[in-house]
Amino acid sequence: MNVPGQIERRRVLDVSALPDSAFGYNGLVWWGTVGFMVIEGSMFVIAIIVYFYLRLRVENWPPGLPNPDIGYGTANLLVVLLSVIPAAMSKSAAEAFDLPKARRWLFVLTLMGVGAVTLRAYEYTALNCRWDDNAYGSIVWLLISMHTIHVGTDVTDSAVLLVMAYTQPMARKRFVDLSENSLYWYFIVAWWIPIYLIIYWAPRWL
Amino acid sequence: MDREQQQRLQREEHERHEVIERVEPMPEPAAAARLHRELERTWYVPSGLIGSLCVVDHRTIAKRYIVTAFCFFIFAGLLAVLMRIQLAVPNNHFLGPDLYNQVFTTHGTMMMFLFAVPVMEAMGVYLVPLMVGTRNIAFPRLNAFSYFVYLFGGVMLTVTLLMNTAPDVGWFAYVPLAGPDYTPGKRADFWAQLITFTEVSGLAVSVELVATILKTRAPGMSLNRMPLFVWSMLVTALMVIFAMPSVVTSSSMLLLDRLVGTHFYNPAEGGDSLLWQHLFWFFGHPEVYIIFVPALGIVSSVIATFTGRPVFGYPAMVLALVATGFIGFGLWVHHMFATGLPQLGLTYFTAASMIIAIPSGIQIFCWIASLWRGRPRFHTPLLFVLGFVAIFVFGGLSGVTLASQPFDLQVHDTYYVVAHFHYVLLGGAVFPLIGGIYYWFPKMTGRMMDDGLGKITFWVLFVGFNVTFFPMHILGFEGMPRRVYTYPAELGWGPLNLVATIGAGMLALGGLLFLYNVVKSHAAGAVASANPWNGGTLEWSVPSPPPVYNFLYQPVVEGRDALWERSADVPVVVGIRSDCREVLITDVMDAEPSNKVEYPEPSIWPFLCAVVTSAFFIGSIFTPWALPVAIIPLAITLIGWFWPKSPRAEAPGVAAPVKEAA
Repeated sequence: MNVPGQIERRRVLDVSALPDSAFGYNGLVWWGTVGFMVIEGSMFVIAIIVYFYLRLRVENWPPGLPNPDIGYGTANLLVVLLSVIPAAMSKSAAEAFDLPKARRWLFVLTLMGVGAVTLRAYEYTALNCRWDDNAYGSIVWLLISMHTIHVGTDVTDSAVLLVMAYTQPMARKRFVDLSENSLYWYFIVAWWIPIYLIIYWAPRWL
Repeated sequence: MDREQQQRLQREEHERHEVIERVEPMPEPAAAARLHRELERTWYVPSGLIGSLCVVDHRTIAKRYIVTAFCFFIFAGLLAVLMRIQLAVPNNHFLGPDLYNQVFTTHGTMMMFLFAVPVMEAMGVYLVPLMVGTRNIAFPRLNAFSYFVYLFGGVMLTVTLLMNTAPDVGWFAYVPLAGPDYTPGKRADFWAQLITFTEVSGLAVSVELVATILKTRAPGMSLNRMPLFVWSMLVTALMVIFAMPSVVTSSSMLLLDRLVGTHFYNPAEGGDSLLWQHLFWFFGHPEVYIIFVPALGIVSSVIATFTGRPVFGYPAMVLALVATGFIGFGLWVHHMFATGLPQLGLTYFTAASMIIAIPSGIQIFCWIASLWRGRPRFHTPLLFVLGFVAIFVFGGLSGVTLASQPFDLQVHDTYYVVAHFHYVLLGGAVFPLIGGIYYWFPKMTGRMMDDGLGKITFWVLFVGFNVTFFPMHILGFEGMPRRVYTYPAELGWGPLNLVATIGAGMLALGGLLFLYNVVKSHAAGAVASANPWNGGTLEWSVPSPPPVYNFLYQPVVEGRDALWERSADVPVVVGIRSDCREVLITDVMDAEPSNKVEYPEPSIWPFLCAVVTSAFFIGSIFTPWALPVAIIPLAITLIGWFWPKSPRAEAPGVAAPVKEAA
């Protein structure tokens, strides 16, 4: 294709000016996070279907057991809903590369997460059923425990990120991690609303 | 510079999206050699005992997956031979009833969970990054983790059989048989935990594949230019993501019923045994397509190359794959036709089950059209694909008969069903897979397989397959139920069973020939060029086997068959760092360059995490305390996995991108 003697040339697409990380769906981390959110969300959906499937099997709900007490669960709902504020603040600070602000709000988020886990421990005492009482007890314990595992995991994740943010040099891609941590927390908060309603209110309404 | 200014500058730099297209002098050969050396250093694959546990390279991990999966295939195939020997004559006592139960359960479980799904995903792990033109799979450490979890789970199941404690409740482990009352001991628990092992690894690989396919395609490879194999892996990965959570949840519930006395499946305490069947088959039916859809991608790849033309009807093919993915979720109840569900519901599922034949039919006709209008070259890969078409059409037709509920009731749980699903699984997945191995073997190893021996292997397998499984249709009509360890002579099932056993011997011989060909060709096959078959997809543009970094320069794609439609001055991508594992990220629809990301280095942590995870899974078969005990080591390994590397290598605000050596 080239005349002899002429310098061979080629067309190139120079991408060196592109940023070395990106927030949200432009970046890769978001896709991993959302992938696992979809998987875990599907597990929640399956567990909820099981709850209502088992509901149809019996006449009274809860079968032969008192309703769960709503105090701790409702308090936790409030804590978890309020924790959206530090999550959002930490996310927007991370996306502005404002490290001091991001880690301050991450600290608040972690604290509220610890609070949620503590309240969750009390919630187990207010369920008024054991997992081996009957199928109702089994599915209630399964639902709340699946959610607890998620809360515990993300609180640990936040704590680790917090330590990282205070002790390690923060490359730009670490700010993406901070931002996606909040996204995952939103997911956990959003799932607590239906699960709270099912665990505490479905026995009263159904 | 105060903080605010610094932040603003960083933000601005972050938001700049400039891709410059220009013409520049061809790099000197010395510069290209320098780039090659630097990329080799950056993308090194560690060796040695510890090093090999740290590998995060997609080709190495995929090859491990494929070899491991074929080991399980051979093991489970030998179990099938044992069953056929047992059934060859009436009143046989070669295997006792208890051992027979363990053997058929392990055969089915291993073939489905440890061979078929992993081997198909492994083909994707190997081929997808090469086909989309990138340097590695997304989330490489997760990939390493997934392999070890899969390996440990498979070893666990194998060991249980050797210790006479293998699961004996069938590959779908129906309750109440698999519940605590009817199967005391730990056999069913091993089954339930094997599911957890394989699903964790399968889900991880699926997330990697989706991210790789949607975000790391070479510039220009818009969705409507994606190779059909990549489309099939995308549909498969999405199906895994939506189907497997159901079986993870339900098998965990089974384990809880057995371990801590929950009552999910216990009707006496408000539970329900049919619930298990719903949850299992909501996963189990898509599972069939999770195995079969990648095979469709292999078939399309082989047909395109060996007819020398693009597959006819690309949009129809893609839509058919996607439609299969959706409809596959609406059929599960056809496995439960005999459970007394309401008639109206059964009618719906009969209709839905028949509908799925339509997308499959569309693809078959498109392939026939491609063969018709192309110039087919009858090498071994194409032979296996043609064998697939014949067997799969037959299996598909018996599937349409089974979709009809009144007919299904007559042959439910008979050998007719066994015949049907071996036609669709062996014919629909294993034949294309073996064709695919012949096709991509040169790419993976740098050597050609023996084509003459391959053709002989094909005919032995094709004839052996039909001799084994065709008689089973008739045995099913004659009422022979599946999963019986023997039968009395008076029923007259002896002769056809003997024929099937002879066929199984032929299948075993074909398997041996294939194995011999692989070993012989790997050691001394003809050396393969970069593109020995004149294929059109990007994996054929790199040397065989590919270098550790896959592409010296990331290509730009100008058409569906990237290599066939490449213009003389096709641009290449420059400006990706070669001194760290930087990868270009492009957008979902049009694959426009959007940003870059640095992939992690090799690491021992995924292996350690897989060890802890496996210990936890196995421990939880015996005690619920495995969970609290495992939490701390699990957290440690995960933190080690995600902890940033040394500050030197990851300085804050890496500003000026280092240009490639070229």
